[in-house]
Amino acid sequence: MNSFIEKCCNECWHTVEKPCELFIKCCTEGAQCHNNDSCKEKIKTYNKELKFEIHDLPVIFVGKGTCGLAAGAQKVEDAVNEELKRLNLKAIIEPTGCIGFCAREVIVDIKLPGKDRISYCEVTPKIVPKLIQKTLVEKEIYKEKLLGTFGEPSEEVPSIHNEPFFKHQLKIVLENCGVINPTSIDSYISNKGFRALIKVFSALRSEDVIREILESGLRGRGGAGFPTGKKWELAFNQKAEQKYLICNADEGDPGAFMDRSVLESDPFRVVEGMLIAAYAIGASKAYIYCRAEYPLAISRLQNTIDQCKKYGLLGNNILNSGFSLEIKIKKGAGAFVCGEETALIASIEGKRGMPKPRPPFPAISGLWGKPTVINNVETLANISSIILNGSKKFASIGTASSKGTKVFALSGNIKNAGLIEVPMGIKLEDVVFNIGGGIPNNKKFKAVQIGGPSGGCLPYSVMSTQVDYESLKNAGAMMGSGGFVVMDEETCMVDVAKFFLTFIQNESCGKCVPCREGTKRMLEIIERIPHSYKRTANKLDQLQRFKGIIHLKRLADVIRDTSLCGLGQSAPNPVLSGLRYFKEEYEEHLYERKCSSGVCKELLTFSIDNRVCTGCGVCLKKCSSGAIVGEKGQAHYIVEEKCIKCGMCVESCRFEAINVN
Amino acid sequence: MIQLKINNVAIKAEEGMSVLDAAKSVGIHIPTLCHLKDLTPTGACRICVVEVEGQRNLVPSCAYPVFKGMSVETNSARVRRARKTIVELLVENHPQDCLVCVRNKNCELQDLSDKYSVREHRYVGEKKDHAIDISSASIERDPAKCILCGRCVRVCHEVQKVGAIDFTKRGFLSTVTTPYNKGINISDCILCGQCILVCPTAALREKSSMKEVAAALNDKRKFTVVQIAPAVRATLGEEYNMPPGTEVTGKLITGLRRLGFNKVFDTNFSADLTIMEEATELIHRINNNGKLPMFTSCCPGWVKYAEHNKPEILEHISTCKSPHEMEGAVLKTYYAKKMEIDPKDIFVVSIMPCTVKKYESSRSELKEESYADVDAVLTTRELTRFFKLAGIEFNDLPEDNFDDPLGESTGAAAIFGTSGGVMEAALRTAYYKLTGKELETLELEPVRGDKNIKEISIKISDMELNFAVVNGIGNIKPIIDDIQNGTSKYHFIEVMTCPGGCVNGGGQPIHQKNDKIQKRMKALYQIDSNMTYRRSHENESVKILYEEFFTEPNSYCAHEILHTKYFDRKIKRKTQI
Amino acid sequence: MNIKNGYFEKKMHEHIFKNYEAKDKSSLIPLLQDIQSIYGYLPEAALQDISDFVDMPLSRIYGVATFYNQFRLTPLGENIIRVCRGTACHVKNSSNILFAIETALNIKAGETTRDKKFTIEIVNCIGACSIAPVVTVNEDYYGRISVKDIPNILKKYSKVSKKDNLPQPEVNLA
Repeated sequence: MNSFIEKCCNECWHTVEKPCELFIKCCTEGAQCHNNDSCKEKIKTYNKELKFEIHDLPVIFVGKGTCGLAAGAQKVEDAVNEELKRLNLKAIIEPTGCIGFCAREVIVDIKLPGKDRISYCEVTPKIVPKLIQKTLVEKEIYKEKLLGTFGEPSEEVPSIHNEPFFKHQLKIVLENCGVINPTSIDSYISNKGFRALIKVFSALRSEDVIREILESGLRGRGGAGFPTGKKWELAFNQKAEQKYLICNADEGDPGAFMDRSVLESDPFRVVEGMLIAAYAIGASKAYIYCRAEYPLAISRLQNTIDQCKKYGLLGNNILNSGFSLEIKIKKGAGAFVCGEETALIASIEGKRGMPKPRPPFPAISGLWGKPTVINNVETLANISSIILNGSKKFASIGTASSKGTKVFALSGNIKNAGLIEVPMGIKLEDVVFNIGGGIPNNKKFKAVQIGGPSGGCLPYSVMSTQVDYESLKNAGAMMGSGGFVVMDEETCMVDVAKFFLTFIQNESCGKCVPCREGTKRMLEIIERIPHSYKRTANKLDQLQRFKGIIHLKRLADVIRDTSLCGLGQSAPNPVLSGLRYFKEEYEEHLYERKCSSGVCKELLTFSIDNRVCTGCGVCLKKCSSGAIVGEKGQAHYIVEEKCIKCGMCVESCRFEAINVN
Repeated sequence: MIQLKINNVAIKAEEGMSVLDAAKSVGIHIPTLCHLKDLTPTGACRICVVEVEGQRNLVPSCAYPVFKGMSVETNSARVRRARKTIVELLVENHPQDCLVCVRNKNCELQDLSDKYSVREHRYVGEKKDHAIDISSASIERDPAKCILCGRCVRVCHEVQKVGAIDFTKRGFLSTVTTPYNKGINISDCILCGQCILVCPTAALREKSSMKEVAAALNDKRKFTVVQIAPAVRATLGEEYNMPPGTEVTGKLITGLRRLGFNKVFDTNFSADLTIMEEATELIHRINNNGKLPMFTSCCPGWVKYAEHNKPEILEHISTCKSPHEMEGAVLKTYYAKKMEIDPKDIFVVSIMPCTVKKYESSRSELKEESYADVDAVLTTRELTRFFKLAGIEFNDLPEDNFDDPLGESTGAAAIFGTSGGVMEAALRTAYYKLTGKELETLELEPVRGDKNIKEISIKISDMELNFAVVNGIGNIKPIIDDIQNGTSKYHFIEVMTCPGGCVNGGGQPIHQKNDKIQKRMKALYQIDSNMTYRRSHENESVKILYEEFFTEPNSYCAHEILHTKYFDRKIKRKTQI
Repeated sequence: MNIKNGYFEKKMHEHIFKNYEAKDKSSLIPLLQDIQSIYGYLPEAALQDISDFVDMPLSRIYGVATFYNQFRLTPLGENIIRVCRGTACHVKNSSNILFAIETALNIKAGETTRDKKFTIEIVNCIGACSIAPVVTVNEDYYGRISVKDIPNILKKYSKVSKKDNLPQPEVNLA
């Protein structure tokens, strides 16, 4: 048997045109409609093969998510192939998605027949020959890059689940990520895939599904945290001939890549979630709105949809349930605001992605004026496990108001950058220091930025905050879609506020006044803070600087109070949270004209230490503003009036002769 | 009806109503900027925000429906602060050159700034910087003054369905502009000026011809003649605080004389002339298997629309020049000869409710070698400014009459300024010409009013003739589609670009309220019913004109002087990539 | 590709349009994406063809094309350098990287060098936060880079001319 769609014998009759409701059950438990032991055995064996419980050849799993590929996974795979060829060895090379440990990419797992699957990290083409030699030829453990085993740990080989990065995690959404082959529907089916769907088809009405989701307490993972079940209920209660489901995969938050990872590593789970959601609300058409910047995710999704169609899991009368669904992929064209529901709908309709006032809510009047439910990727990826394991189990995880787990994209100045899934209610410090492994290079922790541009920066003092929708909001951040950027002492909070405001300013759609004009003025106020005295030394400018600060809070309040959509309403958050926790730093910039993190270049002065300078001339060449003068072989000088403080001279000096104050 | 509270006063409102309308129904005023009556609210400007109990943020009252038991605060400190900040933000990104602005004292942003006591520049910063587009003969665009309320865009796309301008770019860089930010003269714009009527600031305005007119008036060698369009007399009064629909013909004539025009004539005269020509052309087409249905050609916006979008149907449009062009043509031929003036020395100014007429007068086929039929067009708004400049207090002016012979007109001409008027006037004459009898009732109610498409069928001998009136260019598409599919049942179709006709033209006083248009229309119908002669073929001066000059309608001479031709102006696809 | 009268382009556009339903407004953005994948940008003539095909005013299409980051209205350089300016990259000093590339090529972000070799673009986040700061050149990723790496990366691409081995779009002219 090479695929489940192949019939076990002539008695099996499932086709796309004439679907059989027992198809999925057959795939996992063996033929249902006829009693034939050889058929059962055939399927059982195939299942085992899919799970690599039995195989003759060694299996080499290569993590090929975008981050893996960016780290060189393709080159590693090529090197493996070459090495195998050179040694005249045979092995199965199995692509997987991302297991989340991006900091240690490229991750390669090796499983020898009859042995456990063992994971190696930071594999480069250079070490591939050594790795192959040690593992495949000598059948030993390659200790230098060992991460751990998926099976029973031994003294020599620790369990991968014992690695601090994985130990504190609880994987529901990411369960299959980095473990199974994301391009194979069979692989998904043999790993409990589509079980939730058949449970729905066989036993649950729409109302039951919605009740189950309501009772699970699942809330939207896209940012606002609206109860998913309520959204479905609202759409379900609408009488309409056509309803739509949209999977929002327009992950625009800078510093967030959860959705991308899930789509690349376990796309079938998302599609199964969509099938259940569409069944619950009564939608027969669905869209996946995915960023065009994620080409790999899009091609994997397309592959997923094609395979589902081939298996009769998408299309008309799916598994003879009478329910039909068609899924189309829409590529986003690059606009952060399209993450907002009404803007996303406008974008699908071929318009400028500008939000519309609500009410009416999309669940009542959405795409083409029809009831439309929009769920985030992670939300949909949760559905199958809720249905399969029951709402009680899901609701037992987390806090009173926030149930289940949350996926975060850990990045910034942190040792173990990557993708993690933690139970709601975990403390921030656990995430940063236990899972994240703390700050690299012996630097001090300064803040963590949660919730993307609309979130806020939280300092060490509130690190005991629980991860849940309300606590994060009270602390001045928000759950957002799950960006988790750690900052060390060399990060300037004024600069961070400026960065986020610039982002929001660039991404504002320009429809409503407070967001279009207000965020621009806010940005200008923040930009004036580190303006250097020397270049704009007139009184008016300084006056303007203080005046801006005086009115900043008022402006922020009005923007929050009156903006049309969530983007504008949360636009002042980076500044407000900055002022709340890092007031001294703002004051230092304002009154002492100093940036102790050394980021705000305009407040710095550059000078050359003439005792150290050798007059090599490198900095002079690099200086784009012609501010460095000096004869070759003689110590150089920086003409302060000309210096634009770009810092290129510091970067280029090999003698550390340039002082920055 | 549902119960709710606004500012702690219990009121009743209909379900589905917006908070804005509910408040208005009990006399509570909420300021608006982007709101346009009858179009879907966009909620863009946020000036109409109100506080709704239980809502975290302020909500836009224009887009927020009332619900049972809600409690609304329209004037709390929080609301006022929000509105003031929004006005401050808008003002800060505006040139603030009110003293030299054409919309000074008639600007919604200025009003709001005053209303919310904006007294300081709280948020100074970068301003948008755009060049003024003066490429068109009719409309100037000044994007620096634009506050991006989007009213022009919605009128252009949703009402007129022309779609010449739209929002481009985003965020702080958003602009309302033409494709590729090119001059409006090479866009699909038909220059109807409906966008000007809804623009809250001077970002859209007419291209002024006041300088040329003033120069001509100062030139002693020029014989200056002015003509007044039918619709102007019913609207100009609004600029002087008269109630909408006040007819001001007498004062208007005096005012123009005092400006220094040698003669004050009436476009209504040539409206009668147009009817004679057009009705004859229609009968000719019906009797000789000509292209049918025939469209009216009085509206240059419609002609431009057809030239841009449907050049295939240009043959269906009557070849008659529009009335003011006819008047100009007659002035520079018949009248010049009669008065023994060199036509080059006659300077004809048209006072028009319309911006397209400015462009029309510059069309090359409406020019002879050394002179144009009409030399300059002033809109109603420009005339007001001219009066102001000349120190003329309009309300105090005595009344006067038009000069002869191009000042005489019938009631049929007066109603040219409303949608359906041309049709009504044409039918009055065509019926007579076809049957030799007069219509029993002159008021053809089916073609009056503000419906989008108005229809009437008249039985003439054994023929049933069908007529249609297209009220606003946005309604033209299905009509043209029918013609192109060969399924049109009509014989004659009147098209007016502006909804309501010329009374709502792009050159008229800036207004916001719909009921004004109804009153203006009524005024024109009133003029008609007060007249002794109400059919164009009864106009004595027109009869004399035919006897002395043209011999008969559609004669060779009439064709030379009173008719014109049209061109395919479809924007050509760029061939080079 | 400058064939007279734009015959070739028109045929090519019709070839693309075959996959879509005429007058379907929702196909506008996919159409623009397809057109851009051929030319690298959105030529005016193509927008006019789309305008006719989906029956939307050109102004609206221009409005959509200028709204989204993905679309460009001017031709790009041979090599497209995308500098990630996401949060994680910002924290790891991607502004310096951007500045270094800008000074090295003497253009600003969003511009193309005069010899049409390089275009610099800023992207909000390419989702490779764990290897920040990230720069991509065409399809190649460069992660965890510093200012010192820039000259070498640029050198790699300034030598080869990509033009010669560009795949020509296959069009059935019949």
